Amino acid sequence: MFDLYRPGTSFLHRAPAGGKVLALFVLGTLAFIVDDIRLIFAGLALTLLLYPVCGLTLKNAWAQIRPTLWILIAIFIAQAIFNTWQLGVFVIARFGLLLLLAGLLTLTTRASDMIDGIERGLPFLRPLGVNPAKVSLALSLALRFIPVLAQITREVREAQRVRGLENSVIALAIPLFVRTLRMSDDIADAIEARGYRP
Amino acid sequence: MIELTDVSVSYNDKVVLSEVSLRLTERRIGVIGSNGSGKSTFARLLNGLLLPDRGTVTVDGLDTKTKAKEVRQKVGFVFQNPDYQIVFPLVEEDIAFGMKNLGFDKATIAAKTEEALKRYDLWDHRTHAAQFLSGGQKQLLAISGVLVMEPSYIVFDEPTTLLDLRNKLTVTGAIRELEQTAIVVTHDLDLIADFDRVIVFADNRVMADDVPEVAIGKYRKAMGDV
Repeated sequence: MFDLYRPGTSFLHRAPAGGKVLALFVLGTLAFIVDDIRLIFAGLALTLLLYPVCGLTLKNAWAQIRPTLWILIAIFIAQAIFNTWQLGVFVIARFGLLLLLAGLLTLTTRASDMIDGIERGLPFLRPLGVNPAKVSLALSLALRFIPVLAQITREVREAQRVRGLENSVIALAIPLFVRTLRMSDDIADAIEARGYRP
Repeated sequence: MIELTDVSVSYNDKVVLSEVSLRLTERRIGVIGSNGSGKSTFARLLNGLLLPDRGTVTVDGLDTKTKAKEVRQKVGFVFQNPDYQIVFPLVEEDIAFGMKNLGFDKATIAAKTEEALKRYDLWDHRTHAAQFLSGGQKQLLAISGVLVMEPSYIVFDEPTTLLDLRNKLTVTGAIRELEQTAIVVTHDLDLIADFDRVIVFADNRVMADDVPEVAIGKYRKAMGDV
């Protein structure tokens, strides 16, 4: 989901961002309603076919799945033990389809276009007190700062290793939490300094 | 002109800036001082990121307390860590962010983005993820993101602290070439050696305010570097 835009001229690159987000929402919901494994595999095959059609490689597709591979394997094992292995295959095929669809969206859509699309599509949430501009900025910040957070995590882990705290979750979590809070203050200042008014 | 009149700031009852009155009229102004001396607080006052508890800060006559949006357009701010200043994933998207906030039209945004990217040799990286730029390129991107907002003044908060020598030289060169008034908070005394004016903060007050050789001399003496 967090892979970034690859420039291109395919029909998906040219399609409006709001429409792509809506399509992802609909197809993602369908993937969880449909209980015929053949349809899920057909969806997987079609989605994989779209990658080269959009000028992307199967390596790009694999990059969408790879970070969650261990989670998918754990889900498969749990399903195989407590239900059936066929159900395990079905569940991970569903998740895989969702990840590949989400990857297609982020690889063919600039974050700014996606955010504009989401902002235009969410005004109906205003009466509920939800500000679409804030939602879309939050999404952009998530895309931007996940790699930064990963870098901070690596730095904290290295600092703790030096002190002999190799396997302590608390020793990692507390400084990470503190640094993230400090970073969020700086980011808020930076956004404000660049004239942001939601 | 930026003018501070009898400005004081406190955090949790601790005074971090006390009774500062300054008129900033020179084109290149350096701000130095030990850690915790109040210089970063001073920098944040200049574009209204921080409001004074007492006194007033005005930018070309606009009070930072009442004219925040106008002041933000007049005074750009470049932070120490560009990683926290770049808020969009792609290089060209990030440059456009400030202009969108100020209501620039699409054609202007596209033209100014291109101009800024070419100015700092970032054009080939325009559709790349900002996270893969070098430290110097990130700082140049942060400066570009501010420049396109057409500020009259740019405040830099320790812009070279996190950079290696090559990147430091690139960013220093970029600051020197700016047409705008630059107010640079720094520990790098070489960076401000040829500036028009240097203000030294100590114990939350202005300790010295003079031409660089005099002000830096007083700072070195106060730090025991003589």
